[in-house]
Amino acid sequence: MASPMRIRAAAKDGVTEVRVLMSHVMETGQRKDSSGAVIPAHFITELTAKHNDKVVLAAEFGPSVSTNPYLAFKFNGGAKGDKLSVTWVDNKGETRSDEVQVA
Amino acid sequence: MNHQRRDTLKAGSGLGVLGLLAAAGFIKPELAHAAWNQAAFDAKNMDAAFTAFGAGKPAESADIQITAPDIAENGAVVPVGVVSKLPKTEQIVIMIEKNPNMVAASFAIPEGTLADVQTRVKMGQTSDVYAMVKADGKFYVAKKEVKVTLGGCGG
Repeated sequence: MASPMRIRAAAKDGVTEVRVLMSHVMETGQRKDSSGAVIPAHFITELTAKHNDKVVLAAEFGPSVSTNPYLAFKFNGGAKGDKLSVTWVDNKGETRSDEVQVA
Repeated sequence: MNHQRRDTLKAGSGLGVLGLLAAAGFIKPELAHAAWNQAAFDAKNMDAAFTAFGAGKPAESADIQITAPDIAENGAVVPVGVVSKLPKTEQIVIMIEKNPNMVAASFAIPEGTLADVQTRVKMGQTSDVYAMVKADGKFYVAKKEVKVTLGGCGG
């Protein structure tokens, strides 16, 4: 299981700003190791963010996204104590889900 | 009791379930990504990428703002933000013209979410960064050149 995501969700004036820092190698499949063998691609492909049970952002990533991907977005609504969860799936089928309370 | 796992299963988007199945080796990872736009992420030129999203020839729009540095010292981590002022923005796609895999990320924006996303991308070399926006069923595009002094792809 991959390391936990760092998620910050802050509600202000009716808008909730979410910032997510995932921990993932995001290997492109283009690089080679010291012996010249291609390092297989390994990157997050899909990400879903939910406010309580409503999807607020669905993203698809390609290998061009940086190592340890960062993502920030905003949505209307959201109050202190609401649940915000983020789930990602990578191209090897690994998945990780983390949840925070809106601050 | 693992509540997170319960939530994932209950989420019903199918994503989590497929992911778990794939992890357990029941189905190949490729199958788990039926929803992932393979054609778009494999696209080798801008036209192919636009076609993969069903965009045809998107019109240029001044209502899309790309926030990215003019010069990126480190191509491995280039912050890119996109804000769309087009009404009914449904989708934002970030593309880097000269990367081997030009489509970096695609965001589906449901109603209630602001058309304002930021992420970080890798850039192999100096290139135009495109932001394609689908709003009210139509496609629009904007671009910004980012100069890269140190590439982020390759060894």
